[in-house]
Amino acid sequence: MLKLIAILLDGLSYSAWLFLVAVGLTLIYGVMRILNIAHGAFYAIGAYACATALGLYYGAGWSGAGAFLVMGLTAIATGIVVGLAIERGVLRRLYGRDEVLMVLVTYALFLILEDATKMIWGVESYFVYQPYAYFGFIDVGGLPYQVYDLLVVAVAIATGLALWLWLTRARMGRMMIAVVADREISAAMGINVPRIFAITFAIGTVLAALAGVVTAPKIAVAPGIGVEVIILAFAVVVIGGLGSIPGAALGAVIAGFARAVSVHLAPEFELFAIYAVMAIVLAIRPYGLFAAQGERKI
Amino acid sequence: MPDSNDISDMRHWRQVSDDISFSCFSGEDNLMTIKFIGAAIAGIALSTGPTFAQEGNIKIGFPVFLSGAAAGPFGQPEKEAAELLIEALNAGTVPAPYATKGIAGKTVEATFVDEAANAVTEYRNLIERDKVDAVVGYTSSGNCKSVAPLAEDMKTLTVFVDCGTPQIFEEIVTEPTYLFRTGPTGTIDSVGAARYFQDSGMDLTRVAGINQNYAWGQDAWRDFTQSLIALDTGSEIVTEQFPKVYAGQYGAEVSALLTSTPTAVHTSFWGGDLEAFLLQSAPRGLFARSNVLMTCGEALFPRLADQIPEGAIIGARGPYSVFAPENDLSTWFNAAYEEKFGQKPTYPAWKMAQAIFGLKAAWEKAGEDADTAAVAAAFKNLEFETPAGTVKMAIGNGHQAIQGIAYGRYKKDADGNPGVEDVISYSAECVNPPNDMMAAEWIEAGFPNSTCE
Repeated sequence: MLKLIAILLDGLSYSAWLFLVAVGLTLIYGVMRILNIAHGAFYAIGAYACATALGLYYGAGWSGAGAFLVMGLTAIATGIVVGLAIERGVLRRLYGRDEVLMVLVTYALFLILEDATKMIWGVESYFVYQPYAYFGFIDVGGLPYQVYDLLVVAVAIATGLALWLWLTRARMGRMMIAVVADREISAAMGINVPRIFAITFAIGTVLAALAGVVTAPKIAVAPGIGVEVIILAFAVVVIGGLGSIPGAALGAVIAGFARAVSVHLAPEFELFAIYAVMAIVLAIRPYGLFAAQGERKI
Repeated sequence: MPDSNDISDMRHWRQVSDDISFSCFSGEDNLMTIKFIGAAIAGIALSTGPTFAQEGNIKIGFPVFLSGAAAGPFGQPEKEAAELLIEALNAGTVPAPYATKGIAGKTVEATFVDEAANAVTEYRNLIERDKVDAVVGYTSSGNCKSVAPLAEDMKTLTVFVDCGTPQIFEEIVTEPTYLFRTGPTGTIDSVGAARYFQDSGMDLTRVAGINQNYAWGQDAWRDFTQSLIALDTGSEIVTEQFPKVYAGQYGAEVSALLTSTPTAVHTSFWGGDLEAFLLQSAPRGLFARSNVLMTCGEALFPRLADQIPEGAIIGARGPYSVFAPENDLSTWFNAAYEEKFGQKPTYPAWKMAQAIFGLKAAWEKAGEDADTAAVAAAFKNLEFETPAGTVKMAIGNGHQAIQGIAYGRYKKDADGNPGVEDVISYSAECVNPPNDMMAAEWIEAGFPNSTCE
């Protein structure tokens, strides 16, 4: 019974984290058709920015729940600044080019941003563990579990719902869906497509930064953290279907629970549990669970 | 493991896969390729002969991690230790027996390259492009395995600093001439850990492990569990966790450890993985429920001293740092490093210092005008003094160092500084195999010919 509780909690917690890591990647691909390898670097920058912001916060003698407000603001500010700078400075000049070229461009951006983070923050690890310990742990059927990890689940659900509501109810979101359906017709109907692209990229970057921000309190923020994340994010969106937000959610749940089950029942398979699921899905549905051939969805 | 900040982490990404593939290769292809490249390079090297690059100076190449996840915990302290020692040696400010200036009277020059880059290419660059007289470095076992045959082929004095795999002189280079390793192998960590658990009287009925899923973690866990069998502890292995290196997220693994209710937990995690594991497991009470032993735990001291639960079992991969003997060299090294860099040296820094002292001792034993072969001959079977005590090049046909190891329980002193108590030290002869045995065989055979005080 305890093992079952552990699998459920760990699966849920890891799925939530995977969703936060992957949702921005799939949003950008869905709207802009850009497979954004720089996503991992945005995650890392979010984590570093969180470490810096919380360092200043605690350094000023403050404590308490205000740190969580700082984390949220850091994710938004970092994502908007970095996202808009990249979109306006680089990507805007390349719209309409082949998707493969855009992959190479974002790969180059990943390398540049990784080095930029090293120039700014150095190679030492940063720690901001206070928020992780702030709520302590609760006992779930005999298993101590950090409340922070459960809050990340809530953040992931809230993020997914907010994104869904915005895309289906807000005017800007509906324009975004129109651009996904047909870029040229949307432009002909008066939608400012470059503006939609800029907003989409900024939101995608905010989501990547948010993933980095919520992760920072439980890891050593150090060079290389973005590399691991981009691999996992790709696995999740490939399972769910590139460009599909429900797909990213389902992909995250499948991958998260695959890993949790593996860790508890067959740890020798943990290393490739997620990738085994990805391979099976691709063998059955090469376009992922939620994406149909020839269509784009968000 | 990880500064030339000029290369990308994508390169490190590739390096990780290289590490793993090199660590695991058993087929002939990679080996043949390396040997072929080595043979081709050796031809070039032989045509000019192994001579020193510049009259009056000794130029040393230092491959250390300058980028990637290993840069902070390994590359940085190693580079800092090398900079400190070279500066002090050239100024003649190191205590006896290294009080003479430079090495064999010659000024030492340093060239640092990034170990996260292609190890074979950078090694060749150091010798052919930078004309170094010796190479001192390497943390990754994968890199050591790929460079080892090349060092012999290129007839270049090469001193491995840290890489833990015993395979270097057991399988890769079995008849070495120019290759040395002044740091002990990972064998001592595992054997020492098992002995510490037993000698401390800890409950070993239910044992669990969490180790990284590549050669380092797998070897460490294998040697540890085999040591438990050899020591006849009667332990039941309740769970074996092998998360991916650099995974960062260990919530599920911590749950698996907690639900398995182990009495003792072993981990050989290092760097950011160790730090993340500590941050995610300590608040959930793992250390309170089980005796958790971290073979690389000392590296946590500079930055996470407040997060380590008191009572955690700490190792430093040898008699380094808080486990170091008190002598003039250790006192000087600790003080000089802290004065220059603002914190006490962690074990990678100690191992780098040890390697440089070994090179100096060998060179000066060989004489001022000695060539590479003469220095290598002097290095073989050498015993030399270091901040961590006397190091004996006793195994690997006189090319591999042996040292003792110690473990202790974490406890802060009255001033809040990190320290250890209940320390048990094991001599080099207790935790290392004899020269004529491979480490795994020695453990499996029940530590024959070991001498434990």
